[in-house]
Amino acid sequence: MLSIKNLKATVNNKEILRGINLKVEAGEVHAIMGPNGSGKSTLASVLAGRDVFQISSGEVLFNGKNLLDMSPEDRSREGLFLSFQYPVEIPGVSMVNFIRTAVNEHRKYKGLKPLAGSDFLKMMREKQELVEIASKLTNRSVNEGFSGGEKKKNEIFQMAMLEPKLAILDETDSGLDIDALRIVANGVTKLRNKDNAIVLITHYQRLLDYIVPDFVHVLYNGKIVKTAGKELAMELEEKGYDWIKNEIEK
Amino acid sequence: MKGMDSEKDNILNEVTQNDYKYGFVTDINTELIDKGLNEDVIRIISAKKNEPDFMLEFRLKAFRHWQTMKMPGWSHLKIPKITYQDIIYYAAPKQKPVLNSLDELDPELKSTFEKLGISLDEQMRLSGIAVDAVMDSVSVKTTFKSTLAELGIIFCSFSEALQEHPDLIKKYLGTVVPYTDNYFATLNSSVFSDGSFCYIPKGVRCPMELSTYFRINAANTGQFERTLIIADEDSYVSYLEGCTAPMRDENQLHAAVVELIAHENAEIKYSTVQNWYPGDKNGKGGIFNFVTKRGICKGDNSKISWTQVETGSAITWKYPSCILKGNNSVGEFYSVAVTNNYQQADTGTKMIHIGKNTKSRIVSKGISAGFGQNSYRGLVKITKGAENARNFSQCDSLLLGDKCGAHTFPYMEVENQTGIVEHEATTSKIGEDQIFYCNQRGISTEDAIGLIVNGYAREVLNQLPMEFAVEAQKLLQVSLEGSVG
Repeated sequence: MLSIKNLKATVNNKEILRGINLKVEAGEVHAIMGPNGSGKSTLASVLAGRDVFQISSGEVLFNGKNLLDMSPEDRSREGLFLSFQYPVEIPGVSMVNFIRTAVNEHRKYKGLKPLAGSDFLKMMREKQELVEIASKLTNRSVNEGFSGGEKKKNEIFQMAMLEPKLAILDETDSGLDIDALRIVANGVTKLRNKDNAIVLITHYQRLLDYIVPDFVHVLYNGKIVKTAGKELAMELEEKGYDWIKNEIEK
Repeated sequence: MKGMDSEKDNILNEVTQNDYKYGFVTDINTELIDKGLNEDVIRIISAKKNEPDFMLEFRLKAFRHWQTMKMPGWSHLKIPKITYQDIIYYAAPKQKPVLNSLDELDPELKSTFEKLGISLDEQMRLSGIAVDAVMDSVSVKTTFKSTLAELGIIFCSFSEALQEHPDLIKKYLGTVVPYTDNYFATLNSSVFSDGSFCYIPKGVRCPMELSTYFRINAANTGQFERTLIIADEDSYVSYLEGCTAPMRDENQLHAAVVELIAHENAEIKYSTVQNWYPGDKNGKGGIFNFVTKRGICKGDNSKISWTQVETGSAITWKYPSCILKGNNSVGEFYSVAVTNNYQQADTGTKMIHIGKNTKSRIVSKGISAGFGQNSYRGLVKITKGAENARNFSQCDSLLLGDKCGAHTFPYMEVENQTGIVEHEATTSKIGEDQIFYCNQRGISTEDAIGLIVNGYAREVLNQLPMEFAVEAQKLLQVSLEGSVG
């Protein structure tokens, strides 16, 4: 589904990604961990098409198409979803209007007609239940005045509405209390199926207790330096990142 | 070479046409008088309209006064020189003098208004809006007149009102905006051609939206319409005006006057969707829109509410105002003004508190893009006798890009210590973060800007009657097309 080859990216002439290689197949869950400043969020932003980063080399194929050639909105319409670490507020724009616009843009891209109002509301109710987001949140402006936890739940709600093939969750667990973490994680788990894939970017093991990854990668200094199964996350939780740094620098 | 140029013109036309879809010209027989302005021209206009003597007197007094005046220079606008002798002051589509049914209306004229999305068909009751359509200098057709007449409501063209209700006009005309008021109002007072007149009798709540649709068609003409709305005691009316014009390289002058009078316990809601041709991307052409709008809350507990969505015109100069004379009267001003490309707007309001316990509320949302310049200018005045007056003003500016400008000129004059005046102002830019967030959900940058701008303007758009709120939303988006990237 996703194939990243030797991806390098810079911001203000500073190299942040120094040759990323990663393959993600349908049905898989990958966790990307690593110390602060290792390039995890940059990788998510580059894949989503944020233009503050310059791609200096490399190739990214998404379902066989050249992802780096696509506009951010086409990447979304092709099925790439990014759950933002810090979702922005858009005052005055109702969540309902926002997500309906998004859903209908996705449908248009696939050659489908816009959803009728009643069908859309029905879909919204179903997805709200699925991710346990209160309907009062969707009546408000996009993320405006939402608590940290509400913002993250709202990201997962949007993921449910857009049904992406590949969802990249950028520190979706940060700033959540235990209850909110459980709700968010359960939502993601319910959305998981054999046709889609999930990339979790996280600092902590605790999210991985709920969403069990098939692979755990350690990103350090702009490169993936270690890949293993879920047990690697446990090991990191126990020992921190220093032992990996030592291993590399040996 | 010439071929290439005309091809270039075609491409340019296509591009700009997309942005301004009302830029067509109707090919219709038009009656014009010679260009230029003098007392004879005024006499001709008055004679053509078969006006009563007091009207001609009013016009001539105004004209004599106008000749002593100079164009005001205080606005934050760059106004090219206007040669008043080069303007044609009267243009009328030629048609049969009296229409008995819609079938007699010139089909070309009818189709013009259809193209603009305005139904003049009395049968189209579904829309529930009575329309007065004004093309160039005259009113073409007023719908629903008979339905309204059953309630005693008078809704007709200004010319018609002069014939049928001269006493009402004599009583109220110039009482809110005197003929000496300002340069453009005085010009209008001398040469105005048509407009709408509306009278709501005591105790009547007007059951439908009243609407006037103004269309400039003929070239080199000015449009000077006059609107007068009187809401008698305990009455209510909601009124909407819309306006468009063809695309032309020359600037055209539009100088209107609107007067509102609200008696005791009456309420007037006046909404404007102004979409005159704004000029092309390089600032060529477009309407000069110099408008004087003022209402008086004459009786106790009366209310006047102005809502305006200003997206068109090369230059906009207007300050819909309220004189709050009655005790407990309320004045409101809700405005969204967009300036894109080389458009300029200097707009705002005046709230003059005279009565006790009067309240006013100002919500102004400026949006600047391209090289547009957008100024809010407002006066809140609390006079000596205005005990316990309250004002709240909110003036926000939104900038798209870094070549445009937003300016705020709030004036306050408080002569009574019991008054409370609050002013809040913000300036913001559409964040790249917000646009990227929308992009990531599959929404293109243009659509994202439309969403964000409409969100920003929502408080004002919510004030519009439902039917027009949707139109206004689309208009905001179209006006800003191509403003980013």
